[in-house]
Amino acid sequence: MPTEILMPALSPTMEEGTLAKWLVSEGDTVSSGDIIAEIETDKATMEFEAVDEGTIGKILIEAGTEGVKVNSPIAVLLEEGESADDISDAPKKDAAPEPEQKSEKPEPKAEKPASKPAEPKAPEPDRSPDWPEGTETKKQTVREALNAAMAEEMRENDEVFIMGEEVAEYQGAYKITQNLLEEFGARRVIDTPITEHGFAGIGVGAAFGGLRPIVEFMTWNFAMQAIDQIINSAAKTLYMSGGQMGCPIVFRGPNGAAARVAAQHSQDYAAWYAHIPGLKVVQPYSASDAKGLLKSAIRDPNPVIFMENEILYGKSFDVPVLDDFTVPFGKARIWREGEDVTIVSFGIGMTYALEAAEKLAEDGISAEVIDLRTLRPIDYETVIASVRKTNRCVTVEEGWPVASIGNHISAILMERAFDYLDAPVINCMGKDVPMPYAANLEKLALTSTKEVLDAVHKVTYR
Amino acid sequence: MAAKKKSSKSNASADDLKAYYRDMLLIRRFEEKAGQLYGMGLIGGFCHLYIGQEAVVVGLEAVAEEGDKRITTYRDHGHMLACGMDPNGVMAELTGREDGYSRGKGGSMHMFSKEKHFYGGHGIVGANVPLGAGLAFSDKYRGNDRVTFTYFGDGASNQGQVYETFNMAALWELPVVFVIENNQYAMGTAQKRSTSTPDLYKRGEAFGIPGEAVDGMDVLAVKEAGEKAVAHCRAGKGPYILEIKTYRYRGHSMSDPAKYRTREEVQKMRDEKDCIEHVRDLLLTGKHATEDDLKAIDKDIKKIVNASAEFAKDSPEPDEAELWTDVYAEAVPQKA
Repeated sequence: MPTEILMPALSPTMEEGTLAKWLVSEGDTVSSGDIIAEIETDKATMEFEAVDEGTIGKILIEAGTEGVKVNSPIAVLLEEGESADDISDAPKKDAAPEPEQKSEKPEPKAEKPASKPAEPKAPEPDRSPDWPEGTETKKQTVREALNAAMAEEMRENDEVFIMGEEVAEYQGAYKITQNLLEEFGARRVIDTPITEHGFAGIGVGAAFGGLRPIVEFMTWNFAMQAIDQIINSAAKTLYMSGGQMGCPIVFRGPNGAAARVAAQHSQDYAAWYAHIPGLKVVQPYSASDAKGLLKSAIRDPNPVIFMENEILYGKSFDVPVLDDFTVPFGKARIWREGEDVTIVSFGIGMTYALEAAEKLAEDGISAEVIDLRTLRPIDYETVIASVRKTNRCVTVEEGWPVASIGNHISAILMERAFDYLDAPVINCMGKDVPMPYAANLEKLALTSTKEVLDAVHKVTYR
Repeated sequence: MAAKKKSSKSNASADDLKAYYRDMLLIRRFEEKAGQLYGMGLIGGFCHLYIGQEAVVVGLEAVAEEGDKRITTYRDHGHMLACGMDPNGVMAELTGREDGYSRGKGGSMHMFSKEKHFYGGHGIVGANVPLGAGLAFSDKYRGNDRVTFTYFGDGASNQGQVYETFNMAALWELPVVFVIENNQYAMGTAQKRSTSTPDLYKRGEAFGIPGEAVDGMDVLAVKEAGEKAVAHCRAGKGPYILEIKTYRYRGHSMSDPAKYRTREEVQKMRDEKDCIEHVRDLLLTGKHATEDDLKAIDKDIKKIVNASAEFAKDSPEPDEAELWTDVYAEAVPQKA
């Protein structure tokens, strides 16, 4: 049966083109790969190759014709034993790609939006305690808690290993991996060269291969060298593979401003990574959360961004004495209950939030302080339930103001708690400048307890 | 260097030759069909065809063993077919349908098969190189002797992360064969316009990684070099570089105006160096097969390829609910 040669689509966006020139005539024999015509698209003149072999039976569109629609027949190809007389038999349906099918293709149905609309039902936050009442606790620094979390998980599972700069013999640039080399050996505690892009990629590949890497960045600032591997390789591969290829990996290290290290070493990446579907994002404040969340992160089948803070490393908190203590993702912690205002924060922002709440109590203002703990997923229920009670909200973080976590919380509250708000939500933020070195300027660039107090007075009108 | 142009006819049996012929032809016909479906609007976006380079993957798959891994960039259809992935599933992924390897969510550049140890299909030039070393790391960590074939192009060989990876792969003696498929053009930029030194197989010298240049239009030469590289890796001696000099007949992607090289250059390669014609000659002159035998293979391949196109057209588009699946490895309560 004669085959129709159709006007081809030669770019992702081409709908029609000019048939500039025929390089074959009727009666010519062609084989697959022969160039038979030149076609002008909106971008370039392209050569058009024959796919099948045969004889050009008839040319349907003359050279020089403009506006030839993609998929319209331009010539007829005869196979061995066919003659030009057979051309009227050319199968329209067989060769043409059923245009009806195209039209029903990608039209998004307007009446059925992909994302679910906000539901008016009251949110039900999970208020169960992190550990059973009466459990013995001990004072531990965040540093000790992180170290213990890794050691416990490495004892449990041989597939867990840690790699990064100075994690082994140096005992960790911030001593988080202290003694791990001694206990687990060089096979599982691996010093890398200073090459974040490369070792982040090797870590992701090892996770594809079924291991459970913990990749330490000396600080998150240096992870910008590796961000393509974190986002394009780690976060997206499960989706791109239709669920076949997971990436169970933890990227961890100190995040945000330390002290007097200036612009390139002082940046909060919370909002950056929280933006990415496929990642989970954690920023703990206390030692118990650092421990419980890091253990959850190591066990999680997804890539987890775990952001610590250098200033918090030496701070002590109560940590439960339990054989296996974990904290689930997506569950905020209420540090103080209150009636007059909700203060939402995470990570080192909690130091300002809690200090402000203390001072506010002296002035007779009762603040509820919520530590989000995980930024993806975020526990919206706990925040919304609190704001429905207090009718006011202030957010606190050290990151930059544009497209911040505070902005996002504000938007969610506007959408889901609008009628409960008695004042606009205020975001206490890092200033919109690179971090300066001078001590006084650095202080100004960060948010502060005073800014939180001012914001609370503003939203409570007192 | 040993870019020997000796066609080692000796160690290939008639059955081997027939298998290479068949496997290379499958890739070529499949890619021609993919090009056709693209022209018909059934395949969208970017689509990079492997036509001309078939001997590279077929020669190396001939030395791979069960459990060996492979990973490549986005000119990846040939790798998938060569490692035994189902043409129907590959074509249905190209058309973005439910029965594709990624259920229509990956497309031409992002396909995977855990069963066949094919780890993608990656869209970022050079990014798959550390990933391949990481796969090799996982085998070394477990203490087995499996090898990872990490394919990338002459273009990717100028990416920084490739050298970060060379350093660590050599330092940690990872069992990875770095396969540089040098088809001489990084998109439209000829190698001599992008690369300060022409010999890519020497790019590992600074790290102590042995390398070899190979005639990539000769499947037997590729296989022989592959045997050597794999033996090196399996023996625990660390990585090995194969620079396989090959040529793509088609454009970089479907919308390639082909202004950066002459029609004559392409035609000369097709006429004089074609990898499929080469094996066809060996089969016929060596009296390992008759014209009729080869015609029967051609016919069989055509049938498989046509069936994959029909399958890919008939398979439905993914369910709208698929938009939300596979973002996380388990059901995460989406609280927003």
